[in-house]
Amino acid sequence: MDAYVLDSHSYEHDEEGYLKNLSEWNKELAVLIAVDEKIEMSDEHWEVVNFLRDYYEEYQVAPAIRVLVKAMKKTFGPEKGEQKYLYQLFPYGPAKQACKIAGLPKPTGCV
Amino acid sequence: MEQLEPPQTGTRELADPLEIPDLAPGCMSASKPYAAAAEFQEALGYPGELVENWHDVAIAKMGELRGKYRSFRVFLDSCVKCGACTDKCHYFLGTGDPKNMPVARQDLLRQVYRRHFTLAGKFVPWLVGAKDLTTEVIDDWYSYFHQCSQCRRCSVFCPIGIDTAEISMAGREIMDSIGKGQKYSNEIIGKVHKIGNNLGLPAKALKATLADLEEEVLEDTGVPVRFPVDEAGADILLVTPSADFFAEPHIAGLIGYAKVFHQAGARWTISSYASEAANFGLFIGSYENMREIALRIRKAAIDLGVKRIVFGECGHAWRVAYSFLNTLAGSFDFLDQNYPIPQHICEYTNDLIEGGKLKFDKAKNDHIRLTFHDSCNVARGSSMGKTPGGQFEIPRAILRASCSHFYDMAPDTIRESTFCCGGGGGLLTDDLIELRKKGAQPRMRALQQVAEDHGVTHMAAICAICKAQFSKVLPMYGFDMEAIVSVHQMVSNAIILDPIGDGAQTGEN
Repeated sequence: MDAYVLDSHSYEHDEEGYLKNLSEWNKELAVLIAVDEKIEMSDEHWEVVNFLRDYYEEYQVAPAIRVLVKAMKKTFGPEKGEQKYLYQLFPYGPAKQACKIAGLPKPTGCV
Repeated sequence: MEQLEPPQTGTRELADPLEIPDLAPGCMSASKPYAAAAEFQEALGYPGELVENWHDVAIAKMGELRGKYRSFRVFLDSCVKCGACTDKCHYFLGTGDPKNMPVARQDLLRQVYRRHFTLAGKFVPWLVGAKDLTTEVIDDWYSYFHQCSQCRRCSVFCPIGIDTAEISMAGREIMDSIGKGQKYSNEIIGKVHKIGNNLGLPAKALKATLADLEEEVLEDTGVPVRFPVDEAGADILLVTPSADFFAEPHIAGLIGYAKVFHQAGARWTISSYASEAANFGLFIGSYENMREIALRIRKAAIDLGVKRIVFGECGHAWRVAYSFLNTLAGSFDFLDQNYPIPQHICEYTNDLIEGGKLKFDKAKNDHIRLTFHDSCNVARGSSMGKTPGGQFEIPRAILRASCSHFYDMAPDTIRESTFCCGGGGGLLTDDLIELRKKGAQPRMRALQQVAEDHGVTHMAAICAICKAQFSKVLPMYGFDMEAIVSVHQMVSNAIILDPIGDGAQTGEN
């Protein structure tokens, strides 16, 4: 099984880089996963990741893209409350890439 | 990811969508999806990993399918190698790999079938192209049966009517039965059995999402359009892909359905138990899994006491619903027999348009010059409405009613000759992105032509897979990711809403 290694501790992930054990997630690990994804974490990235984690804790699933867009709009204003802005932050797609960094499972289905 | 040049009006020769590529033997042999882990296999009733006597189990399964499905046997026995199908597959056109010619794909299975189930193949295999089932052959199956989106375009051109989709479904089922399944499809089917939808969206999250949409539409329009969940006594159960609760442009289509129901004054509901129209059991050729998923819809309809079932925009769901639902999960004699069972949301909306019950402000869509992508399972696996070809005419009629600028793509790339989006049949997964990009090529070229000729800016579709696939691949061909829209998104943009629905819950239409 593949794993991320941080401070000599290893964190198992699946073929696509999603954490196996969600409870092992921490902020340092998120930064490490982001590096793998060629993303440097900014405040805006953290806002998305934190929102995803809070939402997941409440609902056991990632939020719809437009729920995320609305949350960003509320915090950072209208020009950052756009789907396209989220794609600038997470070029492979806010749902899949941001979930990976947030230590959450990959959204599945026709998405 | 390599980016292609954006199409520039009037500046260059555009490539022909039907252009036959140079042959590149074996160029896609390394394309393989991730294997399903034991937990995903076992949840579906399959062995967790490759069984020891896999050869014998596979041959026995092939024999079972041969006995069970007459079509399977006819398709394997009747090919005369005329070659009519060779240049009809989008994956062949996009890759040049000769094993993506439909006849070659079929032959991967047919060679083994001949060896074991024909007299000549048993005694003189070298004369009839019969081969043993070896590890190499299984590897080829895994690779190339996951390069078929089961779109059935080849079958339209086959003079005998051989359907490669059924052969690739059988190939996948045989592989599942020996413990060699595909992660994407099998993980998703497990989620439907457990949670009720492909996304793994629990009831609480579904309700929160829909409450949020109610608020949003009220804010946008000032009209209290409802998105009801689990409302017993509703007349209509809407069964729609769970992507409609999650992704863009899917959600915009869901908002369109809700506005249409509002305007019709219909009492409708979504079910949190059957919160999925998609049925990936079809893709893996598993009657048992397909049935189990379909039965959720029946149970929800009974529990909620509805009179009608309407399906949202989902391609293969409509094929399963239109062609198989009654024998798979029927009977549906408890529903109102005066309406189609089931009915497509496009048919529902179009009936209202024809009855003069919906009004549109088409100017709201004036920034859009539109074309329509026929989704394969709707185009070739079903029909819609009362007249033959309704599956082609009805969505177009809705688009013309809601948008002033509509232009079809080249005739040999639409309707029954439509090209797959490149992500159908259980291939809409990141591990197959290269295949998805190449398979989209014929459709993207046809879109480039109509963009050049008529200034088309957007393409509408009625399939969740098509929408997700195009959002991903459009930018690779120089288009905006938001150039793909839902048919009911166009309705949503332009529909004129009354504060309170005027159909007054009479179940009209």
